[in-house]
Amino acid sequence: MIGKYFSWVRFWAVLSKEFIQMRRDRLTFAMMVGIPLIQLILFGFAINTDPKNLPAAVLSADNSEFSRSFVRGMENSGYFRVVREITTEAQAERMLAVGEVQFVVTIPEDFSRKLQRGERPVLLVEADATDPAATSNAIAALFNLNQTVLNRDLQGSLGHLQNTPPPFELRIHRRYNAEVVTQYNIVPGLMGVILTMTMVMMTALAVTRERERGTMENLLATPVRPVEVMIGKILPYIIVGYIQVTLILLAAKLFFEVPMLGSLVLLSLVLILFMAANLSVGFTFSTIARNQMQAMQMTFFFFLPSLLLSGFMFPFRGMPGWAQALGEAFPLTHFLRIVRGILLKGNGVTEITPNLWPIGLFLLVAAIIALNRYRETLD
Amino acid sequence: MNTNLDVIAVQGLSKSFDGKRAVDGFSLNVKRGRIFGFLGPNGSGKTTTIRMLCGLLTPDEGQGTCLGYDIRSETAMIKRHVGYMTQHFSLYEDLSIRENLDFIARVYGVKDRQTAVERSLKRLGLSNRSNQLAGTLSGGWKQRLALAACLLHEPQLLLLDEPTAGVDPKARRDFWEQIHDLAAHGITVLVSTHYMDEAERCHELAYIAYGKLLIQGTAREVVEQSHLTTWSVEGEDLTALAAELKNRSGVDMVVHFGITLHVSGGNAQALQQAIAHYREDARWHWSPAEPGLEDVFIKMMDQARDNFR
Ligand SMILES: Nc1ncnc2c1ncn2[C@@H]1O[C@H](COP(=O)(O)OP(=O)(O)O)[C@@H](O)[C@H]1O
Ligand SMILES: [Mg+2]
Repeated sequence: MIGKYFSWVRFWAVLSKEFIQMRRDRLTFAMMVGIPLIQLILFGFAINTDPKNLPAAVLSADNSEFSRSFVRGMENSGYFRVVREITTEAQAERMLAVGEVQFVVTIPEDFSRKLQRGERPVLLVEADATDPAATSNAIAALFNLNQTVLNRDLQGSLGHLQNTPPPFELRIHRRYNAEVVTQYNIVPGLMGVILTMTMVMMTALAVTRERERGTMENLLATPVRPVEVMIGKILPYIIVGYIQVTLILLAAKLFFEVPMLGSLVLLSLVLILFMAANLSVGFTFSTIARNQMQAMQMTFFFFLPSLLLSGFMFPFRGMPGWAQALGEAFPLTHFLRIVRGILLKGNGVTEITPNLWPIGLFLLVAAIIALNRYRETLD
Repeated sequence: MNTNLDVIAVQGLSKSFDGKRAVDGFSLNVKRGRIFGFLGPNGSGKTTTIRMLCGLLTPDEGQGTCLGYDIRSETAMIKRHVGYMTQHFSLYEDLSIRENLDFIARVYGVKDRQTAVERSLKRLGLSNRSNQLAGTLSGGWKQRLALAACLLHEPQLLLLDEPTAGVDPKARRDFWEQIHDLAAHGITVLVSTHYMDEAERCHELAYIAYGKLLIQGTAREVVEQSHLTTWSVEGEDLTALAAELKNRSGVDMVVHFGITLHVSGGNAQALQQAIAHYREDARWHWSPAEPGLEDVFIKMMDQARDNFR
């Protein structure tokens, strides 16, 4: 039963001790339940900005001067960047779901013919509105475009079409969040933000506390192995994390009526990975920090950039390139995409995979650093 | 474990912190079943040495074994068979007495854990308070609990770091009874202390100052090795006398002991000369005395200061 490298008995000893200590520490426990609630209230209202260069795909069945002008006009507005020309509905659907593009513009087959006849053809624009802040300005710009974009093409015999009403009709489909409720975007995101903060902080404190109180010396003098201490300390907080998630999901459902299209089971599985990644960061911090104060400071050192660069505070695509690159490193960035994808878009495993492995990679690196830094001596 | 080997056998242990030597070339051999007293002023390196013995600190230099296991490469084995009681209480204050013992029993993989914990509680006399939080115990009880905890896995070697600091005399006496009992059962004990009466209860002593081992042996041997001569003075106005004597060459040390004054020197003849004048004075009554451990250690420390500072 008592193994050289890992023993269930010792692991269980650490685990149950942590549970007892957590139960006794009423203040911390209250904080872990309180933080989600306070943040829910604080972030209940959204922060709007004006992101540009949003990726768009064009599904064109009409290869005419008019449609090319329209696309050029879109790009000239500064809000759109056409990344792909696509040919099928299915492709469009997939790119939106994965988040590869924010918009799909569909130009119907008979666009130019109807336009010339003055029949006001319909242009369909599908927008990924999970993050309404990111799309609203772009959509407004589209309507502006409507009035003027074809003026140059509509000369001579078509000159009369230049006048209002606009020569074609724009139909916007806001996908995933048709009512443009900002809370739909904020509340699931908040789950990731709260978990990042509490998970990192709690583990960072849990180990530092042992050092500060002097109990570390006794713990190190026993045969417990680092892995046993690490997992034993981390696991209780994963359970706390689930309590927080349940609270947030309940609030999301009851107060904000956030839709939950995807599988909650899938979400719970992703949560394990995401929480473990953050807990490993906390554990690493606790091996560096000399006291609880430092552990707190390090937590914020990690938490603030996560918050700012992940796309929670500002639409990710609205950030400058370097900030986006930096943001990609944080687990929160990927988790936000996953949780919004699952809840609002009904994403499944295939759609979330591109954002899953970066979290896995992060966890691996953080865990290796944590285990390497954890000293079995007092040196 | 080979019983012929010394339980502790280390040579030339050194450890520095931030360039400052906390322990310097420390060598020690302790036989099985002995109670070994470890003395020295604060900051002399006792705790650091003990930590190196149980694998909590890696020595910068030197090597050796504890219970036959190498203190550098086999620390995992040492941890399993050594009971280490830290200088400051290091059990969990927010766990109850029973939970603490239970935790320790589990991490050491104690067989028949429940029974072992119950037995330990009973011996402690804490059975009916077992659900009390450890943090609410008084100093003496904390010390007893800590000792009970490090005995749970039946270690063959006990390393006790100032276990009786701040503990009342009755609790100290009980503690020492238990230590002798354990030693009688073949357990080796290394205990650091500040108390001279405790030093005299040890089979063997070592005195360490500024990280260096200054003297080692039984209490008698230590006194003999010190070549110290001591005179005891009784009479009037001893404080003034002490002040005068301190400045005389040949007198190394003047210490008050209740209503007597101990005057000691490393050179018997020089001391005789120094005090000759005062012995003729009728105000004082002089008599030769056996130097105590305290006299010896104070002299060691003064010498050490001169040599190493
Ligand atoms: N972890 C440490 N970091 C820096 N200095 C230390 C550390 N541990 C001990 N020291 C220093 O080493 C010296 C010996 O300390 P210690 O072994 O605790 O002495 P003792 O136990 O005899 O009082 C002291 O000067 C102390 O300040
Ligand atoms: Mg000490």
